[in-house]
Amino acid sequence: PALGLFLFTIARDPLRIIILIAGAFFWLVSLLLSSLVWFIAVKASDPRDEPLQKGLLIFGVMFSVLLQEAFRFLYYKLLRKAIEGLVALSEDGCSPISIQQMAYVAGVGFGLMSGAFSMINLLADALGPGTVGIHGDSQLYFLTSAFMTMVLIFLHTFWGILFFHGCEHQCWWEIMAVIVMHLAVSGSTFCNPLYVGSLVPSYLLMAAAAAWAYLLSGGSAQNLQRFLLCKS
Amino acid sequence: MITFMNNSDSEEETCNERTSLMSAESPPVPSYQDGLQASEAGEVQVHRKRRTGSSRSPNDTADGEMSDSGVPVRESTLENEEEELTLKYGAKHVIMLFVPVTLCMIVVVATIKSVRFYTEKNGQLIYTPFSEDTPSVGQRLLNSVLNTIIMISVIVVMTVFLVLLYKYRCYKFIHGWLILSSLMLLFLFTYIYLGEVLKTYNVAMDYPTLFLVIWNFGAVGMICIHWKGPLQLQQAYLIMISALMALVFIKYLPEWSAWVILGAISIYDLMAVLCPKGPLRMLVETAQERNEPIFPALIYSSAMMWTVGMAKPDTAARGPSQQTWDAAEDGRENHRSPSHTDSQMPEMRSPVPTRPTTSLEELEEEERGVKLGLGDFIFYSVLVGKAAATASGDWNTTLACFVAILIGLCLTLLLLAVFKKALPALPISITFGLVFYFSTDNLVRPFMDTLASHQLYI
Repeated sequence: PALGLFLFTIARDPLRIIILIAGAFFWLVSLLLSSLVWFIAVKASDPRDEPLQKGLLIFGVMFSVLLQEAFRFLYYKLLRKAIEGLVALSEDGCSPISIQQMAYVAGVGFGLMSGAFSMINLLADALGPGTVGIHGDSQLYFLTSAFMTMVLIFLHTFWGILFFHGCEHQCWWEIMAVIVMHLAVSGSTFCNPLYVGSLVPSYLLMAAAAAWAYLLSGGSAQNLQRFLLCKS
Repeated sequence: MITFMNNSDSEEETCNERTSLMSAESPPVPSYQDGLQASEAGEVQVHRKRRTGSSRSPNDTADGEMSDSGVPVRESTLENEEEELTLKYGAKHVIMLFVPVTLCMIVVVATIKSVRFYTEKNGQLIYTPFSEDTPSVGQRLLNSVLNTIIMISVIVVMTVFLVLLYKYRCYKFIHGWLILSSLMLLFLFTYIYLGEVLKTYNVAMDYPTLFLVIWNFGAVGMICIHWKGPLQLQQAYLIMISALMALVFIKYLPEWSAWVILGAISIYDLMAVLCPKGPLRMLVETAQERNEPIFPALIYSSAMMWTVGMAKPDTAARGPSQQTWDAAEDGRENHRSPSHTDSQMPEMRSPVPTRPTTSLEELEEEERGVKLGLGDFIFYSVLVGKAAATASGDWNTTLACFVAILIGLCLTLLLLAVFKKALPALPISITFGLVFYFSTDNLVRPFMDTLASHQLYI
């Protein structure tokens, strides 16, 4: 689905592609820094201490989430400057791309990158022979991974919209809400392999975020109805 | 094997030469339309030859063109417009560069991941005589540095040689050199590549069929690249050639040497293009000074004439086809491929599209274009391919390098729009790529692996 989103909405406009790739780049950098921190922490600690390792991992995850949000903020700042530049250069005085579109594309960029990083090794291994969950792990590993990745990509997209909207209108609580949601989703994955604990809340949160983003983007229940019933 | 290695060597050389982005403008050229076209074409040719840079000359040329019309006031307005147009179409150009680079990288990565031949170590190039199978780390490092020094010096010598040839107008020589190298590339390497691919997938093919296929492929390629042909076909050929060259490099360069060479090439590129005495810069300036349409005509005479024929003669059809024409121009300019034969660095350039001397609008459309040297393609692909081959079987690293290179390309193009002169395309992208490769391989991978094994998501 994320790929479909990409193809239909982003691939047409070159500017969006650039913003997408730049978004992916920012996510990558944030991942790099957070893994650097985690790596240092692991090296500095005792590798045999299991709970400590687990704790460090959790710490790493949380830190990574916070760093991702920080980079989203930085990206927002960069895009603001870019939009001013584009407006100055365009012929008719208005930017060829609005901040909401940028928010959407940035969110997709983040999401795609995080999804790719989560899934691609899995997919590569899935091509080879093997049995899922042979050592007593869940047999649904691949399936749940796929669903989790998809929900995460969508969430990133919606968070992008919400986040940028919050920054635009100085609604700090929106930004805080995004951060809290992100932390919650990552935290819920700690329940894995008890999948009901992680997938269900994530999807609920995604639905909530989707509705919120939709409302923020100017939609309403009425619009939705008209769209679905194919009225003009 | 020796001949093969030699061939590869020459390729290296080519690659070195030119990876710079150049703005194809001929800045202070107050020539007539024809002259401008010629100089533009010349510049394009030069660029092509050198496998360098991208240029935003079209805009400037358009500007110059306007000034030809004799209205200086218009010139300044046009300049402003031009700048706007530059940046407005900037995104489009970036994408036009993204697509071929991406395609090339995809081809290389796909081949590396599937065909085992290119990851086996079957000897080294004659230009990297020091082996890396030494027991100690220090020795290995020393060997790779020595390899790099040898390689870079070969490249420098070749570049200077080419510049001298150009300066002293030994055009036939260059032309013949280029033809020879492209011949070798198209036929020999394709044969080897096809052989390996067929081996991997256990598909049997008899010699007559093979001969037919390769002959057709090679012949059409020669025609397309040196003569005229449909734009997309030409682009496809150039991409394939770059991919083949990159694959050869990946196979025959020992690991540490490859990374050191990539770094050294970026530095060399930076110096060669930006230093006043740099060979690449001298080449560009000479071409600009001469403003000669003859040079491209001599070197790629057939190409030029044919491209005139290829230009859309029908002005009526120009309207709707303007966009495609623009794209065609840009695409054409993009693919300057340096291919080298053995001892020299022939560069294959995509034939420069000559602008038909029709209306200014058309010129304007044609003017806009960004040119990227084929050497850039090759080295980007080498980086990504090496990442795919040697990073512990990790797709994340490959993906990270890919994104890094694209972002580097974006930044370079942005700088090009700002500076409006020839810029080296390699340094920024390669730096990003290298940084990301090493950091992803060593830092991110354990993190992601641990996360994946616990199925945690960040």
